[in-house]
Amino acid sequence: MVVDLSVNVGGLKLANPVMPASGTFAEGLAGVIAFDSLGAMVTKTITAELRGGNPTPRVAEVRNGMLNSIGIPSKGITYFLEQTLPFYRQFNSPLVVSISAPTMDAFAEAAALLDVDGIAAIEANISCPNIEEDGKAFAMNAVSTSQVVTRLRAATSKPIWAKLTPNTGDISSVARAAEEAGADALVVANTILAMSIDIESFRPTLGNIMGGMSGPAVKPILVRMTHQCAKAVRIPIIGCGGISTTEDAVEYMLAGATAVQVGTATFLRPKAMIEIIAGLSTFCARKGIGRVAELTGAVVELDMEMSASEALP
Amino acid sequence: MQSMLAPSVHDSSAPQGDVDDVVATVVSHQRVNAEYNLLVLAAQAPACNAVAGQFFNLECPSDGDDQPFFRRPMSTYKADPVRGEVEFLYKVTGAGTRGLATLNAGDEMRILGPLGHGFTLDPAWKNIVILGRGVGLATLAPLAELAAANGVGVTAIISARGPEQVMSVERFSALGARIETVLDSDGSSAPDNVEAVLRALHGQGYADALFTCGSNRLMLLMQRLGAELNIPGQVAMEQHMACGLGMCFCCVRNFKVGDKVDSRRVCWDGPVFDLQEALSW
Repeated sequence: MVVDLSVNVGGLKLANPVMPASGTFAEGLAGVIAFDSLGAMVTKTITAELRGGNPTPRVAEVRNGMLNSIGIPSKGITYFLEQTLPFYRQFNSPLVVSISAPTMDAFAEAAALLDVDGIAAIEANISCPNIEEDGKAFAMNAVSTSQVVTRLRAATSKPIWAKLTPNTGDISSVARAAEEAGADALVVANTILAMSIDIESFRPTLGNIMGGMSGPAVKPILVRMTHQCAKAVRIPIIGCGGISTTEDAVEYMLAGATAVQVGTATFLRPKAMIEIIAGLSTFCARKGIGRVAELTGAVVELDMEMSASEALP
Repeated sequence: MQSMLAPSVHDSSAPQGDVDDVVATVVSHQRVNAEYNLLVLAAQAPACNAVAGQFFNLECPSDGDDQPFFRRPMSTYKADPVRGEVEFLYKVTGAGTRGLATLNAGDEMRILGPLGHGFTLDPAWKNIVILGRGVGLATLAPLAELAAANGVGVTAIISARGPEQVMSVERFSALGARIETVLDSDGSSAPDNVEAVLRALHGQGYADALFTCGSNRLMLLMQRLGAELNIPGQVAMEQHMACGLGMCFCCVRNFKVGDKVDSRRVCWDGPVFDLQEALSW
């Protein structure tokens, strides 16, 4: 059985629903996997200005996950256009460029600079938990999300994917705000603000004290948020968070994701995305599903009412 | 908090040779002394084509409470393309290496590599000095073999806490290397003595280039002497690492380039760097 793996993300047709998460993908991976096999390529977040990034240690492992506080080091958009973009133009997979900026106007200016051939979409990283002091990010509330996405929408004709943060109390409202402001898709979501301490040295394990948690341990939280967002908006959701196997990707799609991003797993298994793409075909064939897109939102809602006596211990 | 350092402007070419993530089979796994183990893996090309100074990202087994999440970067102790093998000399220090230590002959493990830029030899060099301590010697041993294969004389200064921690003497001896052992236990590893040894080697024409790994103190000593005596050098460095492929930017270190400080990725731009550009570990 030939399975159609193609999906449509806000008008952008992808050969399959699997792509890297920003920050876990770069030129070096081309030595290990074929980039043209990917549904899309997603760059590390770039900024208009030069940035050095956070102090080390920038990474720590926790059980079934990792913390990072990289801090978005960037050589700037001019460097990206001149030195990095030509590398990605040699591949056929659509290129999604992740951007960030310290202000809303700077976000819009960055998007405008990237309105060039060879870039299929802009992923607006309005969610990085360690970009500003105490992890503040635009996507933590609906108002600032609406404002920044509105400016981005006015600045570029490229599709805009808004990457949301799980570090908010009401992700559905943020998702709706991004949709209403003109986002073409949502990436749900970035890492979860976290912290760990080395009990021998009494020191935080990260140089920046706090960082973003990712990996298998966060998956149930992000599956939940994907499901909530999918119910709140009509634009496609790209699920992200702890996906390392085909089964994880299927789970996200059932929760409402149209596509998925694989992040931390690539650090552990550089061929993880390729294995998941192959696995989706096998899974769909086994289930008699002709198009992988049929999985999106196909979770069966439970329709049972619990009696008061059953609900209480 | 943001670093005030200038962003990286360093661009190196892609690391040398092919790289792949393969399943390797344990050929043998032996204890070398009270602290170090030698792991020999069967792994065809490109793994067995690793050159001196390159490293692998090893998937370490979980064992009880030890559940290493990341792979562990480890430099190659030896790579043999004829036998299709690659070797690692390591000290058990944490969850990853404790997991590694559980491997037995016949077991399989994933290894990603060879990774990074290894040591390079200038054809003009006739004699080099290698100064290593602890597991740093594992990184430097293949360099001695590379030098010998190119007709370059090697002096190996092996630093250790005591005689029981001295390793790799046979490897260096088999290459005809001159060996100086310096120990904490008899005070011979003190910086003043090591400096005197290095100055003497330079005076005798045995130090066209300096190489080191494994000790910040020894690196700084070699760096100072290299600058004073105008001797080039290289250092293999370490850093916390996740991907090994230059993607995550976890493993950055600062380097001095002229009057600027430059942030570089140890996995992608190194792990071998110009001795004079390295800053303290």
